[in-house]
Amino acid sequence: MGETRHLYVHLPFCAHRCGYCDFVTVVGRHADHGRYADALVHELELERALLASRLDTVFLGGGTPTFTEPGALRRVLRALPAANEVTVEANPETVTPDLARLLKQEGVTRVSLGAQSFRPHLLAVLERRAQPDDVRRAFYHLRDVGFDNISLDLIYGIPGQSPADLAADIDEALALGPEHVSCYELEAKPGTRFTHAHGQELERQAEALEGYFEAIVDRLTSAGYRWYETANFCRRPENDDGRDLRSRHNLGYWLGHDYLGLGIGAVSTIEGRRWRNTPRLPAYLEALESGERPAREVEELSTDVLMRERLLLGLRLDEPLRLAPIADVVDPAALGRMERLGLLTRPTDDDGEALVLTKPGRLLGGGVTAELVV
Amino acid sequence: MQQDHIRNFSIIAHIDHGKSTLADRILELTNTVSGREMREQVLDSMDLERERGITIKAQAVRVNWKGHQLNLIDTPGHVDFTYEVSRSLQACEGALLVVDAAQGVEAQTVANAYLAIENDLELLPVVNKIDLPQADPDKAAKELADLIGGNPDDVVRVSAKTGQGVEAILDAVIERIPAPSGEPDAPARALIFDSSYDQYRGVVAFVRAVDGVFRRRDRLQAMAQGTRFEAEELGFFSPTMTPADTLAAGEVGYVITGLKDVSRLRVGDTLTTVERPAIEPLPGYKDVKPMVFAGLFPTDSDDYPDLRDALEKLKLNDAALVYEPETSQALGFGFRCGFLGLLHMEIVRERLEREFDLDLLVTAPNVAYRVVTKDGNGLEVHNPAEMPAEIEQVEEPYIRASVIVPKEYVGAVMELCTERRGRFDHMEYLSEERVVLIYELPLAEVVVDFYDQLKSRTRGYASFDYDIIGFREGDLVRLDVLIAGESVDALSLILHRGSAYGRGRALVDKLREEIPRQLFDVPVQAAIGSRVIARETIKAKRKDVLAKCYGGDITRKRKLLERQKAGKKRMKQVGAVEVPQEAFLAVLNLDEGR
Repeated sequence: MGETRHLYVHLPFCAHRCGYCDFVTVVGRHADHGRYADALVHELELERALLASRLDTVFLGGGTPTFTEPGALRRVLRALPAANEVTVEANPETVTPDLARLLKQEGVTRVSLGAQSFRPHLLAVLERRAQPDDVRRAFYHLRDVGFDNISLDLIYGIPGQSPADLAADIDEALALGPEHVSCYELEAKPGTRFTHAHGQELERQAEALEGYFEAIVDRLTSAGYRWYETANFCRRPENDDGRDLRSRHNLGYWLGHDYLGLGIGAVSTIEGRRWRNTPRLPAYLEALESGERPAREVEELSTDVLMRERLLLGLRLDEPLRLAPIADVVDPAALGRMERLGLLTRPTDDDGEALVLTKPGRLLGGGVTAELVV
Repeated sequence: MQQDHIRNFSIIAHIDHGKSTLADRILELTNTVSGREMREQVLDSMDLERERGITIKAQAVRVNWKGHQLNLIDTPGHVDFTYEVSRSLQACEGALLVVDAAQGVEAQTVANAYLAIENDLELLPVVNKIDLPQADPDKAAKELADLIGGNPDDVVRVSAKTGQGVEAILDAVIERIPAPSGEPDAPARALIFDSSYDQYRGVVAFVRAVDGVFRRRDRLQAMAQGTRFEAEELGFFSPTMTPADTLAAGEVGYVITGLKDVSRLRVGDTLTTVERPAIEPLPGYKDVKPMVFAGLFPTDSDDYPDLRDALEKLKLNDAALVYEPETSQALGFGFRCGFLGLLHMEIVRERLEREFDLDLLVTAPNVAYRVVTKDGNGLEVHNPAEMPAEIEQVEEPYIRASVIVPKEYVGAVMELCTERRGRFDHMEYLSEERVVLIYELPLAEVVVDFYDQLKSRTRGYASFDYDIIGFREGDLVRLDVLIAGESVDALSLILHRGSAYGRGRALVDKLREEIPRQLFDVPVQAAIGSRVIARETIKAKRKDVLAKCYGGDITRKRKLLERQKAGKKRMKQVGAVEVPQEAFLAVLNLDEGR
């Protein structure tokens, strides 16, 4: 038996590819849902030896996992090893009472709902199919079948989004009382269809957008949420019967744990080696149908690179990052500079020195990391 | 060849009056270059000259005409190169003074004519471009005759483009320009009027033999420097290097020295033989002092040794270029260089970039200042950063500028000269249409963008020349630029108190645009001493985070971080502030948009 306790499963199918999306997705090919589910199950068997007997977390991401044909989705869920946390990503328009029941029955413990926005004109810009009411309905369907750990994804920095739109989105989200909220800034990549259509508007808004991130942090923290990772918030334990509502799966990434990824484009990192499955659906299906592993791109991670990643990821969290294990990649002079600027503190306890960013430091986390890393 | 069958001459002309075309035509007519070999403007061998339409280096070509050996020594045509013109003229007995039939006499023509007369040269006036529809050869010939005190009928009228009249020029050269008159039997003496460096053959000296005979394999000596070497090869240009056994009195040619150290042979020195040395060197060239200075820094600090080698090589061809090492806290290691003028600076910079493949950052040019400190010490300052704080008095170089313009632009020229702290001296009518204006101006006001302004305000009609008339006291201040409280040495300027505010404001505004926002507020200030005269703040970033970061994204995000880090390493550090190279460039180029 292996040691890896985190498993990611990629379900790429979508009804429509949104303009801003840069994940590995497959639109159409309905007939392949079943084949793909079988291939996933087969890949899991091939890699089972890498996994511990009991997993900590499983995460089904996409794509739109809940857009997968229900029979196929059920087969995947049933094949999964037992885990403490099983999260499924869902798009609001796909969450029917039946689907909610299916997820619950098959052991899903947590649902991450891609709300993105509650403003119709912004949803249109994002090319999302759901309407604000679909988001609310989906949320209640999930609650109705007993889900007590629901995360809402919001996107900010949408072309045309005013400060009032942003405030309204947060208020709408909070009104639902989710256990967890993820807030991602829209990334308009150069050369994409989305940037072509909206780049100028984003340029025009750039200055106002700068303040949005801090506004979100302020609003959510004052509503009793813990800002535990740069883009992620969860209800504080004291507000929720002492439960730790952080995403255990994502924490695994941020703390540098090993993880196995299954499906097209999925990434695994185990014992200093990272590999990424082919993102091509036909190639993936053919390989597994003939009993082979899919083609992979492999990256060996040196100690130095692993330390850099620990620093990059660790500084995103609200808990102190131990300095000793990564001291080789940290510039001591920059540490002093960042400390003097009030961007980080260096708490020391019995385990030695650690780093933790202050609030201004976290708002500037990318820049601070670039300063610190040698 | 007997000296009475030799003629040495150069062509002097205002820029664009057709000097190079005329030279080409002479080469063609004398069959020095066959039609097939002929490419336009053979003499301008450097790319840069070809592109800019100016000639930087003097070169000599031997042609044969009706039993005579004619040596044509090319000269540069810009105000900055008066020194080079004078070197070339000293190797000649006469000169063609060429004027465009449509343009008439220009400021440059006047200056060069006087220079030639000072050198006792026989002037042969030529009106060129008589084929142009707008040509007025009679008028141009009259202006030219008035200038040199001759008869308009003696002016040769030609079209270098079509070849019309060019034979008459060559005949006139033989008839009117005196033959050289050195001592053929005296100890050998030759004037080094130019040189170049060949990576295989070492230093090549261009010489005018004055007395005696030089032979291949002679042991030679440079009289002033004492450098000794063997003449590995002698010869002349026709137009390519043609080896010969001797160079005798009156002849012009080259000597391959084999010297590998460029500093061991100076232009202006006299060559003689070791065996039978001459006693007196030939009169040297006028010692020209650079008046314009700027810092040259390699963009990549690893290129510093290459920059040093390149300057050393340029120096061989360019006696007017001076340099010394300079260290700037903002720009690293470089050189403080002295130039004859702005164009000279621009050419040196382009040659460094083009011929030596260097990326350079050039600071704003300044002039030489004479300073008396409060404790009575006098010093000359070439770098604003070295200007002492406690100053009793500062003097700056002044020029006497002559500007020739059609009369309708007199107002525009006066306005420009007044803006630049000029003092009107007098004005004369050259003809009914054209006026020469004489102004006294601080050189500092001319080195920055004056010529371009003059051209644009007179629609290109003005012609301009100047000479230095000495140092005068000025109300000058040192303007410093501070980024986050740290003074940036490379951006310090010395300027007139009256323009300090505007200039300080412009610098600060430009820096605010160019310096990326940092993790903290960055004040940018312009100050005279401790008094801040302009201030802007570059507001801190409010947000700098990567959006989502998980799963396979990690590799991509790490690469983003590494790119960001690599970008930071290319920045120049001013205190805690990272300033991109481009910001310095933008500020240093501020004048282009002034």
